[in-house]
Amino acid sequence: MTIHRFVPNSAEKIKDNMLKSLGLTSVEDLFEDIPSSLRIKGGLKIPDAISEIELERKVESKLEKNFSPPEYLSFLGGGAWLHYTPSIVTEIISRNEFYTSYTPYQPEISQGMLQSLFEYQSQICELTGMEVANSSMYDWGTALGEAGRMAFRVTRKRKIVVSRGASPERIAILRTYCYPASIDVKEVDFDPKIGNTDYSSVRSVLDHDSAALYIENPNFLGIIEESVDELSQLCHERNALLIVGVNPSTLGLMRPPGEYGADIVVGDGQPLGLPLNYGGPLIGIFATKKDPVLLRQMPGRLIGQTVSKDNSKQGYTMVLQTREQHIRREQATSNICTNEALLALAVSVYLSSMGPEGMKKLGSLCLANSHYAQKLLSERGMECPYFSGSFFCDLTVKTRLNSQMLPAKLARHKILGGIPLGRFYPDLSNVSLFSFSEVHTPEDVRTLVDALSQIDERE
Amino acid sequence: MKKYHQASWNEPLLIEMSKSGRQAFSLPELKPEVLSAINEDRPENLIPEKMRRKTDLLLPEVSEPEIVRHYVRLSQMNFGIDLGMYPLGSCTMKYNPKVSERIAKNPKFSGLHPYQDEQTVQGILEILYELQSLLCEITGMSAFSLSPAAGAQGEFVGALIIRNFLNDCGYSSKKDEMLVPDSAHGTNPASAAMTGFKVVKIPSSEGGIVTAEAVKKVISERTAGMMLTVPNTLGIFEREIGEVSSIVHDAGGLMYYDGANMNALLGRVKPGEMGFDIVHLNVHKTFATPHGGGGPGAGPVGVVDKLSEYLPVPVIVRKGGEGYGFDYNRPRSIGRIKSFYGNVGVLLRAYCYILSLGKDGLKTVSEQAVLASNYLLSKLDRRYYSLRYSTDQPRKHEFVVSASPLKRKTGVSAGDISKAILDSGNHSPTVYFPLIVDEALMIEPTETEPVEFLDQYATILNELAERANQSPESILKAPERTSISRIDEYRASHPGSLVLNWRYLLDGAKKKKDDDNKGKRNGSSNSRKDS
Repeated sequence: MTIHRFVPNSAEKIKDNMLKSLGLTSVEDLFEDIPSSLRIKGGLKIPDAISEIELERKVESKLEKNFSPPEYLSFLGGGAWLHYTPSIVTEIISRNEFYTSYTPYQPEISQGMLQSLFEYQSQICELTGMEVANSSMYDWGTALGEAGRMAFRVTRKRKIVVSRGASPERIAILRTYCYPASIDVKEVDFDPKIGNTDYSSVRSVLDHDSAALYIENPNFLGIIEESVDELSQLCHERNALLIVGVNPSTLGLMRPPGEYGADIVVGDGQPLGLPLNYGGPLIGIFATKKDPVLLRQMPGRLIGQTVSKDNSKQGYTMVLQTREQHIRREQATSNICTNEALLALAVSVYLSSMGPEGMKKLGSLCLANSHYAQKLLSERGMECPYFSGSFFCDLTVKTRLNSQMLPAKLARHKILGGIPLGRFYPDLSNVSLFSFSEVHTPEDVRTLVDALSQIDERE
Repeated sequence: MKKYHQASWNEPLLIEMSKSGRQAFSLPELKPEVLSAINEDRPENLIPEKMRRKTDLLLPEVSEPEIVRHYVRLSQMNFGIDLGMYPLGSCTMKYNPKVSERIAKNPKFSGLHPYQDEQTVQGILEILYELQSLLCEITGMSAFSLSPAAGAQGEFVGALIIRNFLNDCGYSSKKDEMLVPDSAHGTNPASAAMTGFKVVKIPSSEGGIVTAEAVKKVISERTAGMMLTVPNTLGIFEREIGEVSSIVHDAGGLMYYDGANMNALLGRVKPGEMGFDIVHLNVHKTFATPHGGGGPGAGPVGVVDKLSEYLPVPVIVRKGGEGYGFDYNRPRSIGRIKSFYGNVGVLLRAYCYILSLGKDGLKTVSEQAVLASNYLLSKLDRRYYSLRYSTDQPRKHEFVVSASPLKRKTGVSAGDISKAILDSGNHSPTVYFPLIVDEALMIEPTETEPVEFLDQYATILNELAERANQSPESILKAPERTSISRIDEYRASHPGSLVLNWRYLLDGAKKKKDDDNKGKRNGSSNSRKDS
């Protein structure tokens, strides 16, 4: 046994004393019940330990091969967006008491995390206009998967209608979650000119056998869905749930889904000040109504406010655990256990720092930048926006160049972007998606516009 | 017992601190050149009128110092492994290396967008590919998917792989039963049920293990597979695993390994060599990534060769001379399970940990984890805490004792003990799990606990038992040194008093009711602590 700085009792004398107190001479005695046929012979074929200095050097030299801001300008969105992480967010989630804690099974010693998660739930309800939010799912896609399963449990119907304008990755995750319960996922196309979900197409597919309709707002193509009241009414006429997927950074200015009849809201908290981290960890938003049926079928942890038994102090604890796997096992609403709690804390800090005015300003900056890019690109003769529908922070551009060739060319201009929609939609082979946020200056936008028009002119 | 007291603030909710006009955000101003180009002074007007937010967004209006103070105070009312022992069974609450935290903040990782061209992210792809290989070697599997976000999601992936594989073998829905021991963690049956399997329980033997004999009683042509953790949740090595695997394989089923207890086997036994076909690992347990108060974690899934085509998309591969990339062309894949590529920030930390320990270090981890657990067990007063199942056998990285003798003698239960431990500045073990031990205390100290802390923990448990003998009422009052005394859980979940957000504070009518209730509380108790 080697000594290691993380293993205090690996020091020879200490180990020997422990063995002595057990009346043993070798640690091997504690493993004698493992059949020798099962033991690894000759040790693991992995490298020897390296020091902290060597580790940093090694990992950093690998990371050096990546292209990232600030050397590169990034205009990527599509489910994770580049936003600014306020310094206080990083500071607070770096506090040891928070990040080295576990799920608060002993509420009396975990009030810090519990109150933070209660605040997070509350803030998400305010943002989305919903009545109950859980304290996180893994990400938007899996939150959608769970929403689909919940819609089935609530309605007992095995069909979910989704807009093709929703993220293809998220629809794929929904299918993976729905498949084992024999729930059918049916796509309805987006309008080829506007880019939104076509109401009459939904009307012809969403029948009384449908458990739910799923739309994203804005959708994956960046388009703001406007027929939401009609779609909501349609759902409720057909006894289907309306599930709406959101980018919460838009909700300072956008009408919250709770106000147009959403039964379940899903989304990702990543655009609320969390770093990209190459796409994970993220944080799934899941909110619904306080209707007893929906509440009982909701997955994930829920934190409730209560008092101490002696009634002296207000406190917080996990509630309605009878929905969860540790109590109900195979009858649980979901198998979820570990979720994204620390990131819920981060989002809570972020939303506290933004407040209502900050969220409005955030939205304004994103809108201003995306529309500024649109203006300049269209002045340069580019087909922008490609779709005629209103857009928020994501902008579509059609180029002469195939969209999948574009990122490599832009990289030579030290720009990362856009998302080649041709990768997901064969009918959009020359359309790219660029996303804008509060981190982009007007110069950044002009740099992109110059580069794009240069590249496209050469085609 | 050392004197410990957790900070106790009567910390209001931020919404209660909110004062109109205060702000904490810091954003650039909208530039005149931009506004004039888009011909709009108020960008929100670019949203169609009916889709604009009309109702106020009722988030707290507070300043930055207030926010920081609020959360720092809350942090003082929270407990983590960096404060004291946290020996939750099967959770592997071990020390989280700080170098990993520093590395993960590198902007050449944190600023990467998942939709960047593969050529621009070769560094992180190389790290993830290497991690896959390391995990294969550690577990004896042929291929890994790093996508699942947690152990439970890994279990769901594994169950889906089993279902799809058996379908392709022509069994269709005939094989619909998953064997799960009665000692299993709740996520196992939950994941199996989510995948459409019927859960068939295997009763643990008198020795506390899954025996070949017990398996033969429940195996049938309907058996799709078995989910097992080794060592099991009692901390006992499943010594009949070789034969058990054969029986399940002979019946055409697959073996799934729940890696929650991998800390006992690192460098010593590979699940692949015990007959398992699919494995998940909990990197937030075995590979020391922080638990974060309930996440994020990661639950990578490894499989034997014949199942590799079923892994979720995408899979990270080497692309000839072009470096690393993603393979989406996998027709037999169970599909996509997670947005993008998994919890990469967490996986990066696990990679750092494996490199820091190295081949000998990982073996030291398992040896020391097992030594610590047996050592702690040996110090407990068995008159009060009895060991169940195979009492003559050593445990592995964790053990379960029953507080039934204590309860019989004094009326003090495992639950009461778990509250009393909190007053010592340590966290309690897991209680009332596994279900097959009454008044269970499930204890996993891990290899990162200095022996002095192990001694102290045993002393605490024994002293509490003695105190329970003398004056049980003193234990029933616990906890008394945490930020709040025992919580009213019943009231918390009761439909009549369920409060899931702070909306009621914004709703005037309810506010009055709350004020009335507060008045009652202040009047009824003189022991209210002020901040």
